[in-house]
Amino acid sequence: MANPRDYFYTKDHEWIHVKGKVCRIGITDYAQNELGDVVFVELPEQDTIVEEGEGFAVVESVKAVSDVYAPLSGKVVGINEALEDSPELVNESPFDEGWIVELEITDESQLKDLMTADEYDAFLEEV
Amino acid sequence: MQTKKPVPLIFELSSPGRRGYRYPELDVPETPMEELLPKEHLRREVPKLPEVSEIEVVRHYTGLSRLNHGVDVGFYPLGSCTMKYNPKVNEDIARLPGFSLLHPYQPEETVQGALKLMYKLQSYLTEIAGLSATTLQPAAGAHGELTGLMLMRAYHRERGEDTQRKEMLVPDSAHGTNPASAMMVNYKVREVPSDARGGVDVEALRGMVGPQTAGIMLTNPNTLGLFDENICEVAKIIHDAGGLLYYDGANANAIMGYVRPGDMGFDIVHFNLHKTFSTPHGGGGPGSGPIAVSQRLQDYLPGPLVSKRDGEYVWEYPTKSIGRVRSFFGNFGVLVRAYAYIRSHGPQGLMDVSDTAVLHANYLMRKLQDDFDLPYDRHCMHEFVLSGKRQKNQGVRTLDIAKRLLDYGVHSPTVYFPLIVEEALMVEPTETETLATLDAFVEAMKQIAIEAAEEPETVRQAPYNTPVRRLDDALAARKPVLRWTPRS
Repeated sequence: MANPRDYFYTKDHEWIHVKGKVCRIGITDYAQNELGDVVFVELPEQDTIVEEGEGFAVVESVKAVSDVYAPLSGKVVGINEALEDSPELVNESPFDEGWIVELEITDESQLKDLMTADEYDAFLEEV
Repeated sequence: MQTKKPVPLIFELSSPGRRGYRYPELDVPETPMEELLPKEHLRREVPKLPEVSEIEVVRHYTGLSRLNHGVDVGFYPLGSCTMKYNPKVNEDIARLPGFSLLHPYQPEETVQGALKLMYKLQSYLTEIAGLSATTLQPAAGAHGELTGLMLMRAYHRERGEDTQRKEMLVPDSAHGTNPASAMMVNYKVREVPSDARGGVDVEALRGMVGPQTAGIMLTNPNTLGLFDENICEVAKIIHDAGGLLYYDGANANAIMGYVRPGDMGFDIVHFNLHKTFSTPHGGGGPGSGPIAVSQRLQDYLPGPLVSKRDGEYVWEYPTKSIGRVRSFFGNFGVLVRAYAYIRSHGPQGLMDVSDTAVLHANYLMRKLQDDFDLPYDRHCMHEFVLSGKRQKNQGVRTLDIAKRLLDYGVHSPTVYFPLIVEEALMVEPTETETLATLDAFVEAMKQIAIEAAEEPETVRQAPYNTPVRRLDDALAARKPVLRWTPRS
């Protein structure tokens, strides 16, 4: 599955889709493939304030339990409640229906630390 | 969740006033409870215990036990767990009143027999490990790991190197407890890659060691069921760098009596008495994880150990002991069972155990290698790892295969581990099964491989013949309901 060109990425294999002040966040196709079948997603509470680098969601697969780290600082303004009953959406549609959290970001300058799709493609070549 | 027939809880069987016993009429003067107990400890309401007759209790729990799968019911090839048969003679010995009715605070002179048993078990395990001394304190394998790493830290501390030696090396095929234990002792974990044959990548290891190396945690055979022939070279690299070697004894059933971890260069070894030495586990237990250590570490061992002084067995602390790692030997009955196992087998018998365990695993691996992918095609030790990659492409995951096996009356192998094998199925048959049982397993696995190719939906919806169908085990672990609450 190709990485969408208009998304940003992190080295922890998260994607960020910026829509104005609100950023939608999920894990990449590479990440879901490495994790294997996702069986549970622990979502944060609405309105939680998170700092960049802080674990703010947990994805549990048949193989491992992994933290999802906030790629940016901000406030949780949306959570994908569909994942509570259908965690497999993370595997089936990682870049779209399997999104995890929406953050209203506080510091737009943090965006420049993220990777573009081209940079992430190159990063995946190395790992 | 699809349940065939809901099983009531014992509380739901309760009926007011029903009893399993009757006290005889009181024939002494009655003393009011208020005169016997302090007021603040007196209960004001009747406890909400189930009111049931004795036969209801017996039928309820016998019924529950029949819903379980255990090694007394059927084949249980759960990799790395050594689900061997638990001989009933062990149970007989552990129930002798001199063992079963002890109190932990009894004076030493009144428990000489029990202390002698512990003393001898210490020395047997020391001999099997090829090391210098053994403590029976750790409560299970991961506790043994934690204790072993605390000994490493004490050793480096005495040399003034504990602040500099902060790194614990762990192979990428390691048991998950290894890096977890290292983190608990505040070591930084560094992952050592495997080579193409499934062993430690020696050249990579050479580049990773240095004055920051505290030690390495290894199991040999490793979690792929493969014996690492480079182990002496690995030991030399670590020792030359000033580090120590920890042996995870989870796989000791493959080598018992043939290879001593001490001879491979290890400084610390834990044994899982509940795996290798046949004491009950998997819903039974409790576990037990004694550790044996080399001469340079024996003075740091946690106490108390059992020593022999002037013909008497006594509790004793080593000179630089790290202290206790648990309060009492509450699992003493497990030590008795392991002792009985060692004595009833004898040295040759223990070697026969390893022989047969390795033979059984190789037999199954060769019988199944055409139906499933075999990522490391070498003679295996006591277990082997298949990959369900081919079946995944047919739309059937390893988890589905695991569930389908239940319909054939077999407990699943360990799945999705080790992490370096895609869709892993880790099979450990143990030495206690008959050829007929092994062949029935082969038949079941072959049948499932055919089903995966021809009617994958059958496998995806399994199991069908179990008391409950597929449970949401992730949700059960995340949001467990542990307590029954009365309606009123």
